[in-house]
Amino acid sequence: MSAVDRLALPPGAGYAPSPLVPRLLIGLGLVLTAIFIVTPLVVIFAQAFARGVDVYFANILAPDTLHAIYLTMLVAVIVVPINITFGVAAAWAITKFSFRGKKLLLTLIEIPFSISPIVAGVTYLLLYGAQGLLGPWLIGMDIRIMFALPGIVLVTLFVTSPFVVRELVPLMQVQGSEQEEAAVTLGANGWQTFLRVTLPNIRWALLYGAVLCSARAIGEFGAVSVVSGNIRGQTNTLPLQVELLYHDYNAVGAFAAASTLTLIAIVALFAKVAIEYRIERR
Amino acid sequence: MYTQSPAAPVRATPVRAKRVLPGFGLTMGCTMLYLGIIVLLPLAALLLKAGEIGPARFWAIISSPRAVAAFQITFAAAAIATAINAVYGLLMAWILVRYRFPGRRVLDALMDVPFALPTAVAGLALTALYASNGWFGSVLEPGGIRIVYTIFGVALAMAFTSVPFVVRTVQPVLEDLDPQIEQASATLGAYPLTIFRRVVFPVIFPAYLSGCALAFARSLGEFGAVVFIAGNIPFQTEIASLLVFIRLEEFDYPAASAIAAVLLISAFLILLTTNVIQAWGLRYKVRNA
Repeated sequence: MSAVDRLALPPGAGYAPSPLVPRLLIGLGLVLTAIFIVTPLVVIFAQAFARGVDVYFANILAPDTLHAIYLTMLVAVIVVPINITFGVAAAWAITKFSFRGKKLLLTLIEIPFSISPIVAGVTYLLLYGAQGLLGPWLIGMDIRIMFALPGIVLVTLFVTSPFVVRELVPLMQVQGSEQEEAAVTLGANGWQTFLRVTLPNIRWALLYGAVLCSARAIGEFGAVSVVSGNIRGQTNTLPLQVELLYHDYNAVGAFAAASTLTLIAIVALFAKVAIEYRIERR
Repeated sequence: MYTQSPAAPVRATPVRAKRVLPGFGLTMGCTMLYLGIIVLLPLAALLLKAGEIGPARFWAIISSPRAVAAFQITFAAAAIATAINAVYGLLMAWILVRYRFPGRRVLDALMDVPFALPTAVAGLALTALYASNGWFGSVLEPGGIRIVYTIFGVALAMAFTSVPFVVRTVQPVLEDLDPQIEQASATLGAYPLTIFRRVVFPVIFPAYLSGCALAFARSLGEFGAVVFIAGNIPFQTEIASLLVFIRLEEFDYPAASAIAAVLLISAFLILLTTNVIQAWGLRYKVRNA
């Protein structure tokens, strides 16, 4: 890295005849980023506090918004551990063994990333909804999945399922399995090998995947809006609550709810930078 | 981005006759079961339901004027968004890799904001900024530039949510590029622009192209950010995802599933194209290594 800077940077090197071009490009990049990415973050807080701190907290503490925060956290708390388990299992199967169809499996795992969230929601509606494939059977059994918590959890699982796998697979491929094989040869069982050998090696990547998974689970809008039914105070997650308040012409309320989500996103970004820093230092 | 993992030594360990490590049955079983229930079963439901409609009716739905208009708006806005990111993303990748300046780490972290920020929040914020009484809208609209409730608003929302794709695919390739090659061309008398066009660009081109393809795919499917800023006027700013949503609310499930199936197939085609581009780029790399 640092060798690259020294070679590419200095103006006397011939490649960059004047420092003007880099300065111009950096300036342009900074200005565009400020307009394009930073101002949207700033405007959320500016609007949320537009009528003062009291109004802000009154809006955050409104029962429906509080319930939306609770529901969103509940969904994340259910979804993230499940996807961590799936991610670890899939990464173990993919990187520790050779089998046919591995590329196909990797492609299948990444499908949810390339699908529109609305389409994801529709697929679940067509499976579990009243007119869906399993709908009549579910009604007969008196099981409610759509427009209730199970539906929200299921689509969120779908949308966030690739995050952990995709962080683990490249890392575990590079690390190989020699250490695990040594542990097994020395008499460790599978769980011991995983917990004492593999887990310490992959913990930061795992955490990174979990952070990305949580951020998306908390912020998912399109897929959840199809399956939630938007029942106020019942199945409204925080992103849906933002939309609802906005359409109610309660701008401060919408921005207050949005500011909570923005804070979560900023915390997630800090966590990401901190984790990357740890990984780089190793 | 992550799809470059095939370069990693997948087959570095020779295929063993006997598996040393335990857990193949358990982990593979869990993976297949989970994928089957969470990913494949719902997709099968969509394809089955779309298939039940029958080709004639399917065609009638997706070729109806409103659906065609929605597809055109979606594709046009996604194209504009991709063009914006093709320029902005390349610029950001270049300055983040090649220059050292105060605040570079912060700038680098900012590139991930669009992925971390919920799309609905992004849509709300952009609408507030570009509305006629907003910080930017109040300047632009007297100048005759209207963003909110136009296709440019749709494109802007799509561009915002897909920023990281181009930046994050080009960045690693640019980091791997040996500056000595550029210096050699400089010594041979090439101008900076010539060096970029003839030396740097051909190397990053496959990654750049797949980054753009990913950004385009993401833009086609974007919903949360767009619905706030678009105003959702049929034949003007109504995108395909929204039309699916409207048909669902009208309980017109066949129409919703037909349009959703078209979006699904487009996404698959783009994914396939991206994989082909990446395989092409990697083959070049392997041959050179």
